Amino acid sequence: MIHVTGLTKDYGKRRAITNLNFNVNKGEIVGFLGPNGAGKTTTMRILTGYMPPTSGKVEIGGYDVIENPLEVRRMVGYLPETVPLYSDMTVFDYLMYMARIRRLENAEDRIDDVLEMVSMEDRSSGYIGNLSKGMRQRVGLAQAILHKPEVLILDEPTIGLDPGQIIEVRNIIKDLGQEHTVMLSTHILPEAQQVCDRVIIINKGQFVAEDSTERLQTRLTGAQRIQLAIQGDISEVVPLVSSTPGVINVTSTGIDTLEFESKPGEDVRADVSRNVIKAGYDLLELKKVSMSLEDIFLELTRDEVLPEHSTEISDSPEIEPEEMR
Amino acid sequence: MRNIWTIGIREYKHYFSSPIAYAVAFVIMLVVGILFYVNLVSYANYGMAPGIQIIVGPLVTLLLFTTPAVTMNTLADEQKTGTIELLLTAPVRDHEIVIGKWLGGFLFLLSILLASWIFPIILNQLVSPGIDQGELLASYLGLALMCAAFIAIGVAASSLFSNQIAAFFLTLGIIMAFWMISYPAQAMGAAGGEIIRYLDLGDHFYSTFYKGLIDLKDVIYYLSLTAVSLFLGSVSIESRRWR
Repeated sequence: MIHVTGLTKDYGKRRAITNLNFNVNKGEIVGFLGPNGAGKTTTMRILTGYMPPTSGKVEIGGYDVIENPLEVRRMVGYLPETVPLYSDMTVFDYLMYMARIRRLENAEDRIDDVLEMVSMEDRSSGYIGNLSKGMRQRVGLAQAILHKPEVLILDEPTIGLDPGQIIEVRNIIKDLGQEHTVMLSTHILPEAQQVCDRVIIINKGQFVAEDSTERLQTRLTGAQRIQLAIQGDISEVVPLVSSTPGVINVTSTGIDTLEFESKPGEDVRADVSRNVIKAGYDLLELKKVSMSLEDIFLELTRDEVLPEHSTEISDSPEIEPEEMR
Repeated sequence: MRNIWTIGIREYKHYFSSPIAYAVAFVIMLVVGILFYVNLVSYANYGMAPGIQIIVGPLVTLLLFTTPAVTMNTLADEQKTGTIELLLTAPVRDHEIVIGKWLGGFLFLLSILLASWIFPIILNQLVSPGIDQGELLASYLGLALMCAAFIAIGVAASSLFSNQIAAFFLTLGIIMAFWMISYPAQAMGAAGGEIIRYLDLGDHFYSTFYKGLIDLKDVIYYLSLTAVSLFLGSVSIESRRWR
């Protein structure tokens, strides 16, 4: 549905994004992840035709965003990060205005439907200027889905919302993902983990990694992270575990627990448990913990900062994350 | 075309929730009203019947200064609040946005002109055998055309900034420059002076419409000035994407 090839954007002398390549398939929910200033908003603005790229090509639904901007814009629903709305209009009038611009038929029914979807039906005659941040966000979302777009582009859709609203908005997005192709940007990793089928990670305008959320974890770590609990003082066991071949990154996580990682491809659990028991400690627990996307993200972007690696990444975006180290 | 109308109507309605618009309407009606009264009294003292000029004259001068306030918001505010992002990513062409904004402002000024029609009606009752209707219609047609050009200049200037005050002063500057361009023209030689004098905003009004005449060359002048300004405004919005 979305094909991006060699996308590069310069703001004056500053290069905001460098040679991005990715695809989003029909019906997918794809998370676009990166720290602040990674180039997420810039990329989305290019996808929606708000601004042209310096070089590269973007195709949405078979149309080029530069050559057929109106066709692309008809197909895309967009929620910008700042949710710009006319504060002197009522919710209904605003949506009616957007419906007229989109040339919707039966606009009133459709507006009622989308307001119900974002649970704002009781505020339709209220002025946008009087709405809270979360409600404005929902009006923005209503505006984006008003014309049943094939592609939805949402820039930080849950930013600035309270936890209850975040869950609501995430559920709305998940529902939408059943009919629409959704691309959403976020810097909140659990959100991507929960909502998205797949994530694309960028940092400093460059591609870092792309995969399904589950596969990204295993692919990235390759190694296992294991939690270990004993009866007694864990600090005595730390050197013991560390000295086991194949074990790295031992950290105590509590009075009687520690976590360690194995080197990629090695299963060290048997050796570790044998050593601990041999030394006379009671082993209570030994279990695999999955790395959170946060850890992965930090890992990836930390590597990326190293100058000798950053060139490597930009030259070969398909590179396996393990090789980046 | 439909998009222009949609945007224009929203813009027109927007004026009625904007304090600036009410201030402009108030100032125009108040000042024209005061001068109308003062002129009536002094004409009466000399035992003369005033013409429509005692209304149209002050109206022109006031529009000169108040139009920039009407248009300064149009695109500058959309850029400042970011609402332009949704317009520029909606299936709307750049020139439709600019023309729509112009249409809204133009309709608003037409409403003010319509409200000011009350003064000719009063005048018509006071003088006998009534005022020259041809003069009235010609003057108001001229006023409407001039407003179209003023608004177009204002919208174009507003597209350059995200600051309303900057848009206000640039619009005022451009309109004043066009207004006074015939002064340097007088000092110049025949050929060059003639061309520059043709550009004069006021000259196309005072020498014809004001006297009750309608000349096609003046109509074309105001329409071209409007068209060129709107074109430049569209170019400016388009170039905004590339900045």
